[in-house]
Amino acid sequence: MSHEMNTVLGLYNYWIVIFLMMTGFYVVIAKGNLVKKIIGLNLFQISVFLLYLSMGKINGGTTPIYPDKSFFADLQDQSSTMPVYSHPLPSVLILTAIVVGIATTALALALIVRIHEAYGTIEEDEILLQDQEA
Amino acid sequence: MQQHLPILLIITPLVAAPLCLLLRQRIAALALALAVCWSTFAMALWLLEIARNTPGGITYQLGGWAAPWGIEYHVDTLAGLMLVLISGIAAIALSFAPRSIQDEIPAGQHYLFATEYLLCLTGLLGICVTGDLFNLFVFLEISSLSAYALISLGRSRRALTAAFQYLVMGTIGATFILIAIGLMYMMTGTLNMADMAERLKRTIELREQTVVVHQTRTILVAFAFLSVGISIKMALFPLHLWLPNAYAYAPSVVTGFLAATATKVSVYMLLRFVFTVFGVQFSFQTLPFDVGLMALALIGIFAASTTAIFQTNIKRMLAYSSVAQVGYMALGISFASENGLTGGIVHMFNHALIKGGMFLAMGCLVFRLGSVELTDLRGVGRRMPLTMFAWVLGGLGLIGVPVTAGFISKWYLISAVLERGWWPIAVLMLLSSLLAVIYIWRVVEVAYFQEPPETDPPVQEAPLALLIPTGLLIGANIVFGLWTTLSVGAAGEAARQLLGASP
Repeated sequence: MSHEMNTVLGLYNYWIVIFLMMTGFYVVIAKGNLVKKIIGLNLFQISVFLLYLSMGKINGGTTPIYPDKSFFADLQDQSSTMPVYSHPLPSVLILTAIVVGIATTALALALIVRIHEAYGTIEEDEILLQDQEA
Repeated sequence: MQQHLPILLIITPLVAAPLCLLLRQRIAALALALAVCWSTFAMALWLLEIARNTPGGITYQLGGWAAPWGIEYHVDTLAGLMLVLISGIAAIALSFAPRSIQDEIPAGQHYLFATEYLLCLTGLLGICVTGDLFNLFVFLEISSLSAYALISLGRSRRALTAAFQYLVMGTIGATFILIAIGLMYMMTGTLNMADMAERLKRTIELREQTVVVHQTRTILVAFAFLSVGISIKMALFPLHLWLPNAYAYAPSVVTGFLAATATKVSVYMLLRFVFTVFGVQFSFQTLPFDVGLMALALIGIFAASTTAIFQTNIKRMLAYSSVAQVGYMALGISFASENGLTGGIVHMFNHALIKGGMFLAMGCLVFRLGSVELTDLRGVGRRMPLTMFAWVLGGLGLIGVPVTAGFISKWYLISAVLERGWWPIAVLMLLSSLLAVIYIWRVVEVAYFQEPPETDPPVQEAPLALLIPTGLLIGANIVFGLWTTLSVGAAGEAARQLLGASP
């Protein structure tokens, strides 16, 4: 396979990230419904989570848990090698980022509920219209 | 005690915030928050004193895990100055709060206000203290989320839409910063700022070629994401759209607090990334970051000042003026010279005092008049002489009249311009100050030269509980216009450290 094909196909995880990111970004900008905006924002954030997760993943890598004694016993018998670990830190970071994402979504939804109580609508253009009349 | 100051500064408000929530009682929660804010201010002053006397600044390793594996807190002069500024403004603005929020926020929500306020303070202080990139992102989100909630407490229903708009733009900005941190981590394998700066200069093997990490495309993309993300957060023109509504419709105290601190902390982030992490060489010589920043700063100063002239809502007018003032800070940074940086940092400090004081004075007006529309301010200079006098002193600071703090920062900015011989920019800066004269004068004219409306009973001066905090901030504006040892001294030191840290 040529070098170019490798960069296109071999980096498919990043293509997925970019596709999700742009979809989310587009939804945030283009949609007038506040809930849809938040869904777009979520998509945007999740794409970044995938970016982090895929950078820590190694082909054939396992969870980085220190093996117990029986594993080392097997090791001597079957002449297998130490396992390859995936990098745990990006996953840990993303756990925090997910929590932040949930907090943002919760706050945004709470605001939408209050906006609906105050304006009777969650469509951006109708809210704008009411603000201009007032 | 002394060695644990950097963490105490963060932990105290962080622990007090949920306590306020548990107290559920208005007076107890506010009293606790006040005590915490003032003790934080005392700790910050102490910390700045130590940091200035320690070469290289103080480092604190969380949980005893050595950097770069553990999270490191690092306080140098710049961080120390920011800590003093943020905690000082927070303490004074919160002293203003009990009386001011009586009318503006339902009494049942006061303990929630105290909780959110302390969380916001935690986040802002954390950004300045941390030496770890991911930690910075988390603190950024803590401060932003609580800021959205604080803004939504405003009386008008527009506060809700303003908070929502800020939430969407703020989250996009923070996510951009997160992407940038991810890309940088990908190339260097570290999250510690000092370690990152070191590793960005190393060479690596990439596709059978030896390249410096700096010059890889990944780092260039990270820099782009970072500058856009931070620009949203600091409301640099043209990414300022969230700011005017957020400031105009938030409760007075919240506007005073956020206007004085939130955008300043973002400017601090910009300084940290551009100078400490990426380094002057990369940002200003490899990339034309200075040209871009300077262009946006100048356009922003003029566009925002002009828009401010046409506002009828005075809080909105001051908000646009804030966007213009962020332009001055960015302008100072874009020179990347000692005088320019000193000017930028001093302006960050002085503008926080000026705008904080002016927005608190607006709070006094709201307390008595219930409105911030220009037409409702007729003759208010005679009814509320002290409040309007404070407001005008602040306005003079915005223009940059001598004896006020605003003059000092503009002096340093102008001398940085002349040092380079770019006199057209100096002319532009003077012209933009004239725009400030126009929008300040519009208010002065209405407040002093028009007859007050006949109301029964006549409007009275604001109570002392509101006047004293306002006076403190406005007074500081005059003090730092005459006595510059602390502000300019520390800012100059910070500028030298930033420039020297990465020659």
